[in-house]
Amino acid sequence: MTQKVLSGNYAQSYAAQLARVQVISAYPITPQTSIVEKLADFVASGELPAQYVKVESEHSALQVCLSAAALGARTYTATSSQGLLLMHELLHWASGMRAPIVMGVVNRAVGPPWNIGSDHTDTMSQRDTGWIQIYAESNQEVLDTVLQAYRLAEHPDVRLPVMVTEDAFYLSHTVEPVDVPDPERVDRFLPPREPHAVLVPGTASRLGSFTGPDYYVDFRHQVAEATERVPTTFAAVEEEYERIMGRTHGGPFPTYRVDDADAVLVTMGTITTTARSVVDELRASGRKVGLAKLRMFRPFPNDAVRALAATADRIGVVDRSYTFGSMGPAATEVSAALYRSPRRPAVTSFLAGIGGRDVTLQEVRHMFDTLLSGAPAATHWEDLEIEEGAVHG
Amino acid sequence: MAKLTIPAQELMYPGHAACPGCGAALAMRLLLKGLGPRTILSIPACCWTVIATPYPTTALGVAVLDSAFEATGASISGLRAGADALGLKDVNIVGFAGDGGTADIGLQALSGMLERRTNAIYVMYDNEAYMNTGIQRSGATPWGAWTTTTPTVHGHPGKPELKKDMMGIVLAHRPAYAATLNPSFAEDFERKVERARDIVGPRFLHILAPCPPGWKFDSAQTIALGRLATDTGIFPLYEVVEGRLRVTRKTGSLKPVSEYLTAQGRFRHLKPEDIERIQVGVRATWEELLKREREDLSRAMTPSAPAPAEATLAAK
Repeated sequence: MTQKVLSGNYAQSYAAQLARVQVISAYPITPQTSIVEKLADFVASGELPAQYVKVESEHSALQVCLSAAALGARTYTATSSQGLLLMHELLHWASGMRAPIVMGVVNRAVGPPWNIGSDHTDTMSQRDTGWIQIYAESNQEVLDTVLQAYRLAEHPDVRLPVMVTEDAFYLSHTVEPVDVPDPERVDRFLPPREPHAVLVPGTASRLGSFTGPDYYVDFRHQVAEATERVPTTFAAVEEEYERIMGRTHGGPFPTYRVDDADAVLVTMGTITTTARSVVDELRASGRKVGLAKLRMFRPFPNDAVRALAATADRIGVVDRSYTFGSMGPAATEVSAALYRSPRRPAVTSFLAGIGGRDVTLQEVRHMFDTLLSGAPAATHWEDLEIEEGAVHG
Repeated sequence: MAKLTIPAQELMYPGHAACPGCGAALAMRLLLKGLGPRTILSIPACCWTVIATPYPTTALGVAVLDSAFEATGASISGLRAGADALGLKDVNIVGFAGDGGTADIGLQALSGMLERRTNAIYVMYDNEAYMNTGIQRSGATPWGAWTTTTPTVHGHPGKPELKKDMMGIVLAHRPAYAATLNPSFAEDFERKVERARDIVGPRFLHILAPCPPGWKFDSAQTIALGRLATDTGIFPLYEVVEGRLRVTRKTGSLKPVSEYLTAQGRFRHLKPEDIERIQVGVRATWEELLKREREDLSRAMTPSAPAPAEATLAAK
């Protein structure tokens, strides 16, 4: 084990190298660039003996991974924002073909107006593509999760692509000490990919194909079933990671000081760190608040959310993106999960940190105040600069 | 008895779903005869998605990867990268896309693949419209042709724009090999497939694929119409190896284009002056082709002449 001072982006690159990826393909987009630059260095120096295909678009980047994966290779790509949106069509191809691609996504705002700040709209827009989505809170978590993602993606019970996301700049360009495991240790955790249902030259075979409704439904249902097996498989993968590396990140929905809490905030990514300090501060002054980190968004940890509802009276969900005409996408999911729960606490949707707006301690305190005040559940845009009506006024 | 030059091996099976007289089916059959079983085909959305027959059957004796419409160039780059990473040797990586999937929606990925110098063969089978979706015009539809989106009612002349010059676009990328192929000339077709197979680097095959329902002609006449396409000069046969162009079929004089055009319902509305306009264009293109062939030959025969830039780069 070596400790290095790494940005979130370099944590992605080191993880891909440790995973011994065989084919990399990428197209540059801010703020993802240093991931693929570092990988280019690894390949050029011989530290990573991989094929690196530099393509003319993100669409092609994912297709290169998809085709290489179709022959059995372990593949990696990374993108952000508009680049992810351009990949959208191929995201469906990847899950439908059961290609165990792992992709790093730097969560960045979607234009217009152009904005490179942190925002989850890019990945939230890919909710229904069949990809597993895991959001990281720290650079250590980025590195560990990418390694776990390969085990999960290639697991015989799963065989689905995984995106491991990190907040733009708060992680992508912020350096932290990161424990980088020794390659031998990683090899024990992550053996080479065992190809399954791949193209074999010299055989009459077809991957993709086309069908009418007769078989189509069954193919889609198989993806659904594989997705449902993710929670169990991920728990086993994390357990093994902890056994070999001595570190865990607490599953898809880790909670913090939620016992006897009156109000619990659900957060994703880096906002979690800020909220954790506020919880400690408010607990010290005797207020019963807690925190739950939504680490895995797809598949959604419905059971864990219902378990939380068994004790919490009020739940606030902080989203760094918005579903126009509804509420925050994570708030929508939490609400949907609770509808099938015997206990249904009120869910308030907080929209914060949009487009890279800083989410301060003060703002999180205000969210807890709102929850504890007993105000009816609603959707709150936090910290707006422009007064209502001022845009066209 | 004459020696048979077409391999007996069949890798396209009976029971495929092509229309009667389909030029694209013949193109695939001849292509696979030349390439052999260790071929991986990447096929985007096109007629061949359907011709290959639905799951769980296949009409092809090789490995096939389906891909998104616009992704063929990237797909074969990925297949080659995967094959290299996994140590898969002696395998032909082949993209097999229609004219819409190549000249229109797939042009960017094709350009990327050529620029990256991916070691693979890209085939455009050209039936000159979006035939699988029902005969809509593409960038490869010729001037004056009727399609469902270039109607000829109320005096409209059919497609008002010229056919996109895909060979010109591809040659600007300095491929290792590029050729036009016509299934009506099977020996020439097969020789080019085998030549492409044995060259390393990015290779491009432009195959004419006559389409009876789209072009409106009798499905028994595919071979005859295909021969007319070349012998009128509308679809000349040539190849470019490391920058040097050679015309592979020359007849004493070109037949009039009217013989080709009047045999198809899609050109039925053309007036004599329209046909003359096409004739003038075809003659000019043919002369240009012969001129380039002469220039390339004389350059090759002059030892002191510097090699053309494209040949030098293609050799790297």
